[in-house]
Amino acid sequence: MTEPTLFDISQPGKRCTRMPAADVPAPALVDVVPAEHLRAEPPALPEVTEPEIARHYARLAAQNFDVDRHFYPLGSCTMKYNPKVHEAIAAAAGWARLHPATPAEHVRGALRLIRDVEGWLAEILGMAAVSLQPPAGAAGEFTCLRIFRAWHDARGDTGRTRVIVPDTAHGTNPASVARCGWTVTVLESGPDGRVSTGTLAEALGDDVAAMMLTNPNTLGLFETNVLEIAAMVHDAGALMYCDGANLNALLGRARPGDMGFDAVQVNLHKTFATPHGGGGPGAGPVGVTAALEPFLPIPRVVERDGALAWDHDRPASIGKVQAWFGNFLVAVRAWAYIRANGADGLRRVTEDAVLAANYVRAALEGAFDLPYDGACMHECVLSAKTPTQETGVRAAEIAKALLDHDIHPPTMYFPLIVDEALMIEPTETESKRVLDRFIAVMLEIARAAREQPEALHDAPTRTPVRRVDEVTAARQPFLRWRPE
Amino acid sequence: MQFPDDRRYTHTHEWARQDGALVRVGITSFAAEQLGDIIFLDLPDPGTRVDGGAAFGEIESVKAVSDLLAPVGGEVREVNEPLMDDLDLVADDPWEGAWMIAIAPDDPAQLDALLDAQAYAQHCAEEA
Repeated sequence: MTEPTLFDISQPGKRCTRMPAADVPAPALVDVVPAEHLRAEPPALPEVTEPEIARHYARLAAQNFDVDRHFYPLGSCTMKYNPKVHEAIAAAAGWARLHPATPAEHVRGALRLIRDVEGWLAEILGMAAVSLQPPAGAAGEFTCLRIFRAWHDARGDTGRTRVIVPDTAHGTNPASVARCGWTVTVLESGPDGRVSTGTLAEALGDDVAAMMLTNPNTLGLFETNVLEIAAMVHDAGALMYCDGANLNALLGRARPGDMGFDAVQVNLHKTFATPHGGGGPGAGPVGVTAALEPFLPIPRVVERDGALAWDHDRPASIGKVQAWFGNFLVAVRAWAYIRANGADGLRRVTEDAVLAANYVRAALEGAFDLPYDGACMHECVLSAKTPTQETGVRAAEIAKALLDHDIHPPTMYFPLIVDEALMIEPTETESKRVLDRFIAVMLEIARAAREQPEALHDAPTRTPVRRVDEVTAARQPFLRWRPE
Repeated sequence: MQFPDDRRYTHTHEWARQDGALVRVGITSFAAEQLGDIIFLDLPDPGTRVDGGAAFGEIESVKAVSDLLAPVGGEVREVNEPLMDDLDLVADDPWEGAWMIAIAPDDPAQLDALLDAQAYAQHCAEEA
């Protein structure tokens, strides 16, 4: 089913509203707008009625595949269900209509909220200080690396150009390194899917600026050698960055600061109640040790003469990484979520997320390949290698088949070191009933892959748009509508 | 698995074949199958210097983006322009039509240090 664009259904003269005729003389346009700013031709905007617009967007919304209607075990993305009350809180006019240029003495409640969230995140992360400014996870990564660079520079240690990144890392890690003007040394994972201290020792040197480590890593495995890894990196004069994308596995149970990390980013839109998947806005606050605090982005919220105020005067700061103070309404949702859960509730979030992932792993590891044995954290990575080799049913086919069962596919083909990877993150918000249904569907698909593989090659058959031609779409992208 | 024995191979699945004074480079049928449908290829311009073992380009499939690593160091002399418009060749004709670049090697002996067909077949069997 293809939804026509509004341009396709446009007809000259159609309007949503008609304004009454002006009862005062209207000036000619040329008299009020300088001639050089006037168009020669009117813009080619679609002309449609209000019901046509309303139905157009309602139909598009109905074709969406979203977490409000479907189980969404998209590994690495933490697509948990976010309680609607947090939307209502963030939409309250007192927050939503604040102008960022309002003087601090008029908006001390907002400053207090920022300071609260910074303080609570610092406690959750085991870090000395937090900045809410970075607008997304990758922006938080980049901010941490910029802070590392400023720290090395401040010590006159300018010969460090390499950053060590394991081969399981999110693709944003090497991208952030490149943006920072450094080069990446890729570290091959050990046979257990974790960083091998032997391999790390070979990669370290006095030209290494930092190591980026995701913990738990993207295989859903806790880096059990993290203390030794951090000691080795620090002995080499480099700093430890924690990719905090998998914080849903740590709340109240383990803290990056206690593991020897010097900086970490948090994806508020994953763990702390901001819906995501539509491109934002999110937030990627960063936490750092006391030694790195002077380099955090400005401005900072400080207490001055018993009241909260903005502090822009921080000479060592790396400057700004986002307009104003970051995506403030995401911090409002995080404030509400942390308060609603409390310390015990946040710990249970993690415990239930880890339990759900292991429940799914234990039920499916007989039907699919499990490339790395043992208990996982908040997500598990399976492989469709056996069906791919035996009947040609690949991870992508299994993912498409799930759509026919109203389940969003897991992440596919990531991490890169697992063939035909299926990365499943159920999250803590799903009931046992939902998990059991997912398991039953996955077992049914595994059986179909063995017994009637041709049936899966046509999936999905029940979605508004069926199998799309990804290859042609990527080779010859058709990105802009033009009139016939 | 069997591979042509008129050329050498890398652990990262590039092939390299002596062609007069040049070394012609492509990726193997094993690599093409692992990648799946190719959607983008980024190759250097002629005249670019490449280091042995370093990236000379990028290949993107529906599954992943991978670096293309130069089997030998030297100067890129030829680039297979027609391949850019017919990426299916990577899967259909990996050994001839889908060559990517030809390098004038700094040290022709570098080629001898690479895997021969038998050693590469064993390497693939271990990875599969």
